[in-house]
Parts: sequence; structure tokens; C-alpha cells
Amino acid sequence: MNPSLLWLIPLLPFAGFLLNGTIGRKLPRALVSTIALLFTAAPALIVAQLWIFMKSAGAPLSLSVTSSPWIAVTGFQVNFAFTVDHLTLIMLGIVTGVGFLIHVYSVGYMAHEEGFWRFFAYLNLFMFFMLVLVLSSSFLLLFVGWEGVGLASYLLIGFYFTKDSAANAGKKAFVVNRIGDFGFLLAMFLMIAHFGSLDFNSVFAQISATPLTGGFLTAIALLLVVGAAGKSAQIPLYIWLPDAMEGPTPVSALIHAATMVTAGIYMVARCHVLFDKSPTALMVVAVIGAATALMAATIGMVQHDIKRVLAYSTVSQLGYMFLACGVGAYSAGIFHLMTHAFFKALLFLAAGSVIHAMGGEQDMRVMGGLRKKIPVTFWTMTAGVVAIAGIPPLAGFFSKDEILYQAFISDNPLAKLLWFVGLVTAGLTSFYMFRLWFKTFFGAPRFAEQGHELDVHAAHGAAIHARHDTKLVLETEPEPAHGGHAHGVHESPWIMTLPLIILAILATIGGWVGVPLAFGGHNEFEHFLEPVFSSSVVTPEHVSFRGAEPILAVVSIVTALLGFLVAYLWYYRKPGTAAAIAQRLQFVYNLLDHKYWVDEIYGRFIIAPLLGFSRIFLGIFVDGGLVQGTGATLAGGTRGFSWLVRRVQSGNIRSYAGWLALGAAAVIAVVVFGPHPHLH
Amino acid sequence: MNLDHTILTLILLTPLVGAVVLALIPERAGSKLHAIGALVVTLVTLGLTLHLPAHFNYAAAPRSFQFEVNCPWIASPAIRFHLGVDGLSTWLVVLTGFLAPIGVLASWNAVKERTKLFYTLFLLQQVAMLGVFLALDLFLYYGFWELSLVPMTLLIATFGRTENRRKAAIKFFLYAFIPSAILLVALLWLYAKTGTFDLPALQALAAQHAISANPTALWLCSLAFLVAFAVKVPIFPLHGWLSDAVQEAPTAAVMVLAGKLGLYSILRFSFGIFPEQSRHIAPLLIALGAIGIAYGALLALVQTDLKKLAAFSTLSHVSFIVLGIFTFTTLGLDGGVFQILNESLVGAALFVLLGLLYERYGTYDVRDYGGLATKHPWMVTMFVITSLAAVGLPMLNGFVGEFLILSGAMQSVFCHHVLWTVIGTTGVIFGAAYMLWMIQRIFYGNLGLRSEEVSGWDLTAREHIELWPLAILFLVMGLASPIWIKAIDTYGVQTANRPIASEAQNGSFVDPALAAAALDKPAPPVNKGARY
Repeated sequence: MNPSLLWLIPLLPFAGFLLNGTIGRKLPRALVSTIALLFTAAPALIVAQLWIFMKSAGAPLSLSVTSSPWIAVTGFQVNFAFTVDHLTLIMLGIVTGVGFLIHVYSVGYMAHEEGFWRFFAYLNLFMFFMLVLVLSSSFLLLFVGWEGVGLASYLLIGFYFTKDSAANAGKKAFVVNRIGDFGFLLAMFLMIAHFGSLDFNSVFAQISATPLTGGFLTAIALLLVVGAAGKSAQIPLYIWLPDAMEGPTPVSALIHAATMVTAGIYMVARCHVLFDKSPTALMVVAVIGAATALMAATIGMVQHDIKRVLAYSTVSQLGYMFLACGVGAYSAGIFHLMTHAFFKALLFLAAGSVIHAMGGEQDMRVMGGLRKKIPVTFWTMTAGVVAIAGIPPLAGFFSKDEILYQAFISDNPLAKLLWFVGLVTAGLTSFYMFRLWFKTFFGAPRFAEQGHELDVHAAHGAAIHARHDTKLVLETEPEPAHGGHAHGVHESPWIMTLPLIILAILATIGGWVGVPLAFGGHNEFEHFLEPVFSSSVVTPEHVSFRGAEPILAVVSIVTALLGFLVAYLWYYRKPGTAAAIAQRLQFVYNLLDHKYWVDEIYGRFIIAPLLGFSRIFLGIFVDGGLVQGTGATLAGGTRGFSWLVRRVQSGNIRSYAGWLALGAAAVIAVVVFGPHPHLH
Repeated sequence: MNLDHTILTLILLTPLVGAVVLALIPERAGSKLHAIGALVVTLVTLGLTLHLPAHFNYAAAPRSFQFEVNCPWIASPAIRFHLGVDGLSTWLVVLTGFLAPIGVLASWNAVKERTKLFYTLFLLQQVAMLGVFLALDLFLYYGFWELSLVPMTLLIATFGRTENRRKAAIKFFLYAFIPSAILLVALLWLYAKTGTFDLPALQALAAQHAISANPTALWLCSLAFLVAFAVKVPIFPLHGWLSDAVQEAPTAAVMVLAGKLGLYSILRFSFGIFPEQSRHIAPLLIALGAIGIAYGALLALVQTDLKKLAAFSTLSHVSFIVLGIFTFTTLGLDGGVFQILNESLVGAALFVLLGLLYERYGTYDVRDYGGLATKHPWMVTMFVITSLAAVGLPMLNGFVGEFLILSGAMQSVFCHHVLWTVIGTTGVIFGAAYMLWMIQRIFYGNLGLRSEEVSGWDLTAREHIELWPLAILFLVMGLASPIWIKAIDTYGVQTANRPIASEAQNGSFVDPALAAAALDKPAPPVNKGARY
């Protein structure tokens, strides 16, 4: 296989972006979507070919291409260079495969939107940057993709830019990500100062060669964690992701669930050589991951907006992946990344289908009883819900269970605690997902039918939040609407349901590639990644724990079922229960409902003081006082001079010229008639 | 015909002759004659400047100059007409040539009255700036340096936007003139001590520590140089003139107001004649650079006047360059010089865009704007591209410069360099915040007051011609930076690599361990292995 084909993988979507971005405005929609789909399908085919090649016997473990230098100064150089190894291959498969499916879905979902061309141009731009990110063989080129996907995310979150909330959310995402990038950049500066290179091979070889652990390696690793926390929405930088739901739903599926937000996990896994040298950094990763998983899951329990539930669920699942990396189980983290890409993309797209059916409504309190009206959406979403809840034999069970098991047996001093937090989170996940499932699809319909197709589409993306006029408090739900004839609510067209069905199949069987030995599987996934993570494989002493694996699995299955049971009781058997409990636990409910007031705390204790400091201390005191004052004092102190200068500033050109000539004459006089000792 | 020996003279003469001719042509109301004339002259100049990179000799001896013209002018004192370029100035000359036609186009409709005066001054300003970059004789240089003040002051005073223009012009003039007068004294003192105004000669003397003068006096002399240049950059906290001048100056003038002249002069004269003194004071300048980055960005964040915002953003961006060049690392110097180009181009695009908004809506108050994206899709596209270049998005030019600068800062051997790198790097957060805030306030959300009242129009063909070359350059310079940095690197290497032994022994500002390491390997080679 010709390695230079690797260039085409990202460049094709970029060509699509250029085409649609420049002339798309004037093209018919069918052509715009054809361009976007073709330029996404082609890289997927190349990746498929690549996959076959790399799986074949005798194939190299990695494939590289290098081109001209991008930045070259004496002592430092970065080339445009791509490398594909097994880890990249998995990422490529996810990005191009799921990416293509979401492109297909978008053709239907966005069919009636203004700025159709813009949407697909941005989507292709995103594919370009994401593919650069996973293909790059140096930190700097990875950073190109890293910031680039942030840009695409900014543009797509703010797609409905006439809405303030969307524009704010886009800006927030970009700026918070920049805080992460601040760490990433500093890490790169340190690497240049210490290793003289940003090339993965060179840096990792030097790190492997050093006998030291910790020290500045910890500093670099922690700074990279800051970057990863920004991109992958971990504490304390997760706050942008829930707001990012302002973007169109396919964007949430592609960027804010399946691919971009996993870049942080990919980066940590890519740097496993570094992290293995720093127990401190690994501990930080594990603790952040576990804490984020739990915190986001608790918030997800009380959200009403169907997309926000999924958003917090994404944050929570990303926490799991972080946890996996933190206990050194990188391949488990990547495994979960993959299965999560399947079922979370599915869940978002299905939610999009629900929203589509509901004419833009996203509040679950006014849904209900949709099971019969949108059966394809219902069944595919059910596959996603069961998969994420961790019920075998669907995909989520295997990957989540692997993480919990790895956390349990790890060397981390907090191993058992991390496992327990993960287990509790699993139960909560199951609960809030089935809550969503029951509230959306079961019970009586709680919405008023809207008959007009046109209205339905006009309202797309307009009703992100619960409407202010509906007085919905706590968990109470409005009375079922009269009648409930279903002529307004409709199943989505095939172009949307087909990707749903394919993703549902993947969410169901996608985990079977990683069935552990304890259940009679071969854990093919882990073996596939072994060449990448060979230095981080589980040490033999852990094998003695293998007996614990079935027991732990049973515990986690029971936990998941418990979550289901509670949701079933509270939201299906006795629908009022949740409201009653919320009433009784007002304080806890409020705490969760307001997302622990984290946004408010950041606003009041970081942003407001910073702006106040800038406006008052820097603006008035320093700039207005010291900087300007010094100038004024100088001018005041030399009042005579400034008076003279005011005379000079007559605005009369001839007088200026005269002064200039006079000055020049004086200068020359000094030079000519003054002392010049070195002249002969 | 071999142009190599006349090209620099031609580059200087073309705008000068153009200015004289324009001054002689009488002005008629409504005529575009002067604008067309200025456009032709600037395009010819641009064409001439392109000769320099096209025939640049990358293998030239270190510290040598190319395309030199060197003939005696005044015998006593020994003033020579000495012009020449090297890796530092080549692209700056091209940059000046490139921005001029854009400046003319940006003034096309904005300047309606007294066009003769305007374009004559504009071309004189070109002559002065080109002269500053080309002159290798200190006295000749000083002539151009002073000359660059006059047209700018007059442009602000005459074509300023508000009643405040006179005040802003005086402020600009005073800020620039007083330090320049002291610079003149320093310059003459230096001449008295060495008997030459010739820069290469002075550089050679300085390199051999052969300037026979009282060290303290030499110190003061270097300070006089540095302060004069620092005000012109401006370096925090000497930026008091910037905000007023930016607010008043017409677009074509504001594009060349800050940055390159002062920064070039530091690189050429402060670093050239006072290498040791510059290194001694480097820790202070690194600190001021880092503080300036954050300071400018934080103040830009709280402005409601778009021009003020742009002024503080300019301060923040030039501070990046200050930080970079004073690290005395190859990365910092190369990145710094490259960033002078970027900053000028991005700043030019930003000021042009703001000017276009003002032409349509007559206000720089951001609160009057809003929701323009639907009205002006092309304008928002250009705004976003420019902002992304300004905030240093990878693949655009700003990133390469900022990245090299900050890497250089992390590599440098001066005290607290890690702290200043961290503070400087916060600029990437605040920079993104204020630029995106600005875009949101102008283009997103609901239509603002003024944008609802006035029916603006999207970019015209002329405005497309102004902006696309800039936008394309952002991308090309971001992707193919070696084209530019190859020449710059010849300067960067020789400036960074100078031994700093004397300072290191002095020891007051250098972390000894790091200095020792830096002495062995000024630029860390790849694959250095374990140095922990």
C-alpha cells in the first residue's frame, strides 16, 4: 500500500470544505450534500483499505509519511508528518466511519435549515482537523488538529448565531478550550527546552531512555492533562460541553460525543510512555476521571432537556475513560472510547430524531408516549440506552466492565475507592438513561400536537431550553394533553433512520471484540493495541486477580439493573414518585439542578474579579493614572517646553518645515563645529 | 541588467519621486487622480522590493549586508550614503512595500478632501519607513527615523477622526520626539568616541569590545537608544500615546503606526552596537514583554470602543515580539522577527476591517453593533479569518510566530524565564476571549441599534482586493513559514549565538547552571538524550 495515500485522508475533507465554503452558497442543496458525503466517504474507504493492509500478515506495525518542513529554525524543526499505528487505526476507523454516518444523517436532519452549505462546509472542516489530529506524528501537528477541531466546534456550536445563547456557548467552548491549550502549549515549550524536539518518536525514546521518574516529566504530564481536561471536558474545565448542546444535534453527536471530546483520552494514551514515568500524573488523571464521572452523572439525573442529559452523560463517560488511563489501562480506555462513540452517537442521533419528531422540543417533561409513534427511533435508542447502562451483551458492558476491573486490580493506592466510585457512577448512569427512556417513550403523551410541517421545521433548534411560559418545577410533569392524536409527531425519513440502525447494530455487537478471557473471549481489542501499549501491559502479578473478574462483573450487572429498577419504579410504575422525592430533598435537588453552581462560582470568583481588576485597577489606576499620568506630568513639568511646542503645532506646514530645517541646522552645527576627537 | 547595486536606491527614490510629483499636481474636487497616482507608485515600489527576497543570498557571510550601496556623502563629519539589507530587514522592506497599496485602497473613499496632501504625506511616510529599514549609516538612519514622525503627526493632526486629533498628534509627536532628541545626543556622543556613523564598523568595534568609553557612559548611551525605540514600539509602560493615536489616525496611517520601526531598530542598533548591554537589560525587557502581553489583552477585554480595543490588542501583540527577541535564543529571535511581519499584516487587516465598518455605520462603539453576520456574510468571514490569525490559530501565520517566541522564552537562560513564559502564554487565552467577544458583539445576536438604522453593504470589489491578499498570506505564511524564516534565521542565529561569557561570569541575572548549559549548546540540538 502506498503510504502517500495517508495525505489524502485529511485532505479530501478539506477539499470538500473549500468547495462548499466558497461556492456552496450558490449550489443546490443536493449538490452540497453530495460533495460533503463524497469527501467523507472517500477517506473512509482509504481507511478501510488501510485496515485490511495493516491486519494482513507481515504488515509493518506502523506506516509513516513525511513532507516538507512546516517550521524550521536552526536547532528546531517540525515537518508535516503522519504516522499510522494500531491506535491511530482505531481512531481513524471511528472518525471516518461514525463521521460518515453522521454526515448522512445530517442530510435529512438539516434539510430545511438556512445555511445548509455552511453547515456541511464546517462539518468537513471538522473532519479534516480531526483526521490531522489522529494521524500526526508530532505534538505540534497534533496541536494543529487539536485547535482546529476547537475552531470547527466553535463555528458549529454557534451555527444559529443570531441566538445569543448559541453565540455565547460557542465562545465559551473556544475560550475554555484555550485554557486547556495553555497547558498543552506550556508542555510543548518544556519538551522543546528539554528534548529539542516535538516528534513523538524522538520525545518518547528520550523519555524511555531516562532512568528518572517524576520531576519535570510530571510537570509536562500534568500540563498535558490540563489540555486534555479542556478538550475532553473534565473537572475543572468541563463546563463548556453542556452548553455546546446549542449546536445542531448531529454536531453534538459527532463532535461533542463521538470524536472531538475523546481527543484528550487519545492524547493521554498516545503519551503513555510519559505518563508511566509519573505516578503523580497518573493519580491526578485517575482522580479527575473518577470525580468527573460521578459529578456529571449526578447532574445528569435531574436534567430535563434530553440533549443535556446526554451531554452530562458524555462528560461522565469521558471521566471513565480518563479513569482507565489513570490506572494505566490505556487499551481499556480506548476500548470504551470506541464503544462510547457507537452508542453515544446513536443516542444523540436518536435524540435528534425525537426532537425532529417533536418539532424542535427538547424538554422531556412535555414528551412521553413516543414509543408507538416513532418505532425505529425507539428501538434504536433502546439499544443505545441498554448499551450505555452496561447490560450484557451490549457494547457498553464489556468496555465499562474492563475499566472497573482494571481500576480494582491496579497498583493505585486508591484502587478500591476508584472502583467503587466507578461502580456507583455505573448505577447512576443506568438510572438516568432509563429515566430518559421512560420519560420520552412511555406513559401518556404530554405534548400538544402541532399539525403543520412547516412550523415544525421552522422551530428547529429554536427550542433548546424549556420554554419560560411553561411553569415546570422540579420533577412534575404537565397533565397529558387532550386527545393525543399523533398526526404531528412523525418518524424521521430513511436517511436519518438508516444511520440509526447501523449504529444500533454497532452499539449491540461492538463490544464483542473485547470479551475478556474470563468470559471465554479472546480480548482481541487489547491484543490489537498491544504493539502500541507494549510498555504498559499489565504486569504478571495481576493475573492472580483474574478470578475476581466474574465476581466484579456480576456486581456491576446488578448495579446496572438496580438503576433500571429505580427508574422503572419512579418514572413508570408510579410517575409521581420522583417529584415527591425531589420535594423532600429540596436542597440536594437544587444543588444538582443548578449543576453545583459551578458556572456561577466561576463567574463570581474568577471572571468578575478578572474583569473588575482589568477595568478598575489596570484601566483606571494603571493605564489612566500611571501610564497617562507620567506623560502628563512630564508635559506639565516642562510647561514652558510644551507651550513652545504648542506654538510649533500650528498646523501650518511651512512652519513645520521651518522648524525641521532649524532643528536639522542646529544638529549639523553641533556635529560640524563640536569637538570630534577621532577625526583627523 | 543587474539591479543588485541600484535596487535599494530605486526602492527609496520611487516613493520620493512619487511624492514630489503628486505634490505638484493640482487637486481637483472629486478627482481620484492622486489616489491612482499613489496606487501606481506603491505598486511599483512593491515590485521593486520583491527583488530582494528573489535574489537573496542565503550563503552570505554572517553579519554581512547585501545589495549594498556605500558612497561618501559628507566628508566631515563622516556621513555616508550607506544602504544594505540582511535577513532581518529583507522581509520588512517587502512588508512595507506590500502594505502601501493596501493603505491606498483603504483610503480610496475614506479620504475625500485634501487628497493631494494626504497621498503626498503617505508616500513620504513610505520613504521614511523604507529608509529606516535600509540605512546602515547611523546619521542617515536618524534622518529617516525623524522623518517618519513628521508625516505621521501631520496625518493624525489633519485627517484625524474627531476634534481630539490635534491633541493626539501632539501627544504622539512629543512621545516620539523627546526620546529621539536624546537618541541624537547619544548618537553624536558615540560618533565622538568612535569617529564613525557606519553601522557595520560600529558593530565590529562592539564585538571586539573596542569602543573606548566609560562603561557607565556606554550604558547610558545604550539606554538612550533603547528608550527611543521602546517608545516607538511601544513597550509597556511607554505606550501612553498609542491609544489616542490609534483612535485618531486614518486607517492607512494606523496600519504602520506601531511595531515594526521600533522593533527593527532595537534588533539592528541596540543589539548590534550594544550586544552586552542589551543582554544585561534583557531580563527586564522580558518581564515587560510578558506583562505587556497580559496587560494589553486584559485591557482589550474591557473596551467598548473598537479602536481602543485594537490599540490594546496591538500592545499585546508587539509585547509578544519584545518577549521573543530579548530571549536571545534562535527560536525567540526568529519567531520575533517573523511575528513582526505577522503582527503588521494581521493588524493591517483588522484596522482595514474596522475602517470598513466605520465607513458604513459611522461609529466605533461596539454597543451600537450586533447581528451583522446575516447582512454582511463576506465581512464576517474576513473578520473571523483575521481574528483567528490574531489569536494564533495553528495553520495561520500568528501561531508560528507566537509558538517560536514562547518556546524561545522557555529556553532562555535569564532569571524567572519560566514565570514570564507562563504569563506570556496567558495571552493565548485572553487574546481568544477579546477577539471572539468582539466578533460576537459586532456580528452575532440581534441587530444592534446602528446596524438596524443604517443599511450597510457587504464588501465591494475594491475591499475584496484589499483583504484577500492579506487573508491568503495568513494561510501561506502559516503553512510555509520556512520561506520567510529561512532569511530571518540567518540573522537570528548570529544574534543568538554570541557568547554571553562576560555576563555569565558577572552572574547577577543568569541562573549559573542554565547559563553553563547554554554556553555549551546555545540552541539545543535534536536527540540530546538525557540532560535532566
